[in-house]
Amino acid sequence: MLKLSIQDLTKKFGRKTAVSNLSLGVESGKITVLLGPTGAGKTTTLRCVAGLEKPDQGTITIEGQVVNDYPPKDRDVAFVFQNFSLYPRYTVFENIASPLRIRGLRQEEIAQKVKEVASFLHIDHLLDRRPIFISGGEMQRVAIARALVRRPKVFLLDEPLTNLDAKIREEMRTELKRLQGEMESTFFYATPDQAEALSMADTIAVIHHGHLVQVGTPTGIYHQPVNMFVADFVGSPGMNFIPASVEGETVNVGPGYFSLPLSPEMRKACAEQATSKEVFLGIRPEDVLIRFEAQEGFYPALVEVVEPLGVLQIVRLRLNHHFIRVRSEENAHFPVGEKVFFGLKEGKVRLFDGKSEKRIW
Amino acid sequence: MNEFQRRQVKNRIIVVILVGMLCVYLFPIYWMFSTATKTKLDAFSLPPKWVWRPQIENFRNVFYVGAGGALGRVKGIEVKPKPSAFLRQLGNSIIVSFVSTLLATFLGALSGYVFSRMRVRGKDDLLFVILSSRMLPPVVIAIPLVMMYRALGLFDTLFGLIIMYTVFNLAFAVWMMRSFVDDIPIEYEEAALVDGYSRFQAFFKFIFPEMRVGMVATAIFSLIMTWNEFTFSLLLTGERARTAVPSIAHSLGTAGVNWGHIAAGSFLMVLPVVVFTFLLGGNLIRGFTFGAIKE
Ligand SMILES: Nc1ncnc2c1ncn2[C@@H]1O[C@H](COP(=O)(O)OP(=O)(O)O)[C@@H](O)[C@H]1O
Ligand SMILES: [Mg+2]
Repeated sequence: MLKLSIQDLTKKFGRKTAVSNLSLGVESGKITVLLGPTGAGKTTTLRCVAGLEKPDQGTITIEGQVVNDYPPKDRDVAFVFQNFSLYPRYTVFENIASPLRIRGLRQEEIAQKVKEVASFLHIDHLLDRRPIFISGGEMQRVAIARALVRRPKVFLLDEPLTNLDAKIREEMRTELKRLQGEMESTFFYATPDQAEALSMADTIAVIHHGHLVQVGTPTGIYHQPVNMFVADFVGSPGMNFIPASVEGETVNVGPGYFSLPLSPEMRKACAEQATSKEVFLGIRPEDVLIRFEAQEGFYPALVEVVEPLGVLQIVRLRLNHHFIRVRSEENAHFPVGEKVFFGLKEGKVRLFDGKSEKRIW
Repeated sequence: MNEFQRRQVKNRIIVVILVGMLCVYLFPIYWMFSTATKTKLDAFSLPPKWVWRPQIENFRNVFYVGAGGALGRVKGIEVKPKPSAFLRQLGNSIIVSFVSTLLATFLGALSGYVFSRMRVRGKDDLLFVILSSRMLPPVVIAIPLVMMYRALGLFDTLFGLIIMYTVFNLAFAVWMMRSFVDDIPIEYEEAALVDGYSRFQAFFKFIFPEMRVGMVATAIFSLIMTWNEFTFSLLLTGERARTAVPSIAHSLGTAGVNWGHIAAGSFLMVLPVVVFTFLLGGNLIRGFTFGAIKE
């Protein structure tokens, strides 16, 4: 069931189009993540939904009701801002109570609800303090508590974790997901962090330059990206791309460097969709294997950089004119400058059109 | 010396410097006060007398006609004390300054909010027009103003002066309040709007308290400017509505220069502004230093 539906949303700031013809549905009781780099139009989209920004075009529907002409207060949504935006003059208690006060609840009822949500978020010991005397992570909890306390129809969260330290960010990620699950609330969640999106989302909507690029499940987005932008943006590091050309039954890389056979299905897809022979061969870093000896189906490369990341490491290999990043286990040792051989896992190779950059296979 | 002692020494040095600066700044006030409480002879003695027998003659003279002249028995004739215009002029100053300051600050706060937050057609041009009202020196527009005031029956009225000073201070107040509101994160309001408040409720509950510091600052500046304003008051008033500043200058001419008299009058005029600034200024400093406007 759709809780929130955005139809053909367009928002311009002067001559700059921040959001362009965006249509998206947000399912009830699920986390829908709006994923995109800075400036993609995430905040603008959320603000249009909240009624803080007036769309130039398009309709916003919440629970079947077109709310375009409703002021923010009548839309029954909650907004968690990137910079928390707590009221500095009021205590944490009053900050959380604020949406209840305006609804005219009784004092005891307010106190009870605030305490409940505060203990839920482990901030009950902070209720008497003012926001300037608590830490960033605590501020964010307060901001979330203020949203949770009144059970709105939709939660709009604009990069709620971006301003937190990496450690707290990961903790909060799990906790937010737990909260959302327990309350069965509907989250519309903007973030530029693909790892956050992959770990939290039920549905990911990738947005770029104000356009919706792809909507899908985390696995779908990860394994079947619609184009090179999504393939590169999602994943850490993103997908490797090597220019290649399709010739007959093979795809050839760099003049005579290596060729891969194409399956009949791949050939068919190329014939139907490719605009020319020029394609990009795409492969995820974890789908590349490294050997020290020459082997059937393995091709030479030089180890250029090694980036240890704890349990794994990113090895950058130089091919003739290109490089690829490879995820490798930590215990393997690759001296920089060493000649190695790499191979691509079967069935993991993707092909993208050379011009449109759309995925063919 | 350990860190703690070093810091103590540093603090002491700072205090000494501050006290020195304070003396420099307070010296004119001291001079004014001493001249006002000295006899003519003491006031002119060289080197200046540091110890003198204070007398309130000058202060009394300020309030009575025959400024600078003697009271009591002169050549066998009883000189009856007659109240001077000073008290009325001081009252005029107080009424005009406070009313116009209140008006300008209030209107400035509202317009500053609108200019900062709302989409106003031709906003930049409007703001420039408002500012431009302060670009000409008062003297330049004084003559047409005098004629207009006479035609409208506003000449020599408190009401006329209040209008003048409100307009005079409004430009400053609008600009100042706008920049203050600009510094209040718009998210406070937006958070309130989404929380369920109307714009009006959000303004009064969350934005207005943040604006208070700015309003106090604006009020202090406009009060000082109005209180000290000379040209308009001199030109737009006659006997009745004249404020204190030009009238002090007036007493320069009549009976020679009676410095004791001028010093006493000036001292009485400085007083209300100082009191007002001290009362509100603490508020102002607290606001600035404790980051009332901080995310
Ligand atoms: N109030 C505004 N005025 C002008 N341009 C804006 C405004 N808000 C956003 N933009 C522009 O719209 C684009 C999308 O912005 P935004 O929605 O904030 O992106 P995101 O949240 O994804 O980083 C950006 O290029 C930004 O510069
Ligand atoms: Mg943003």
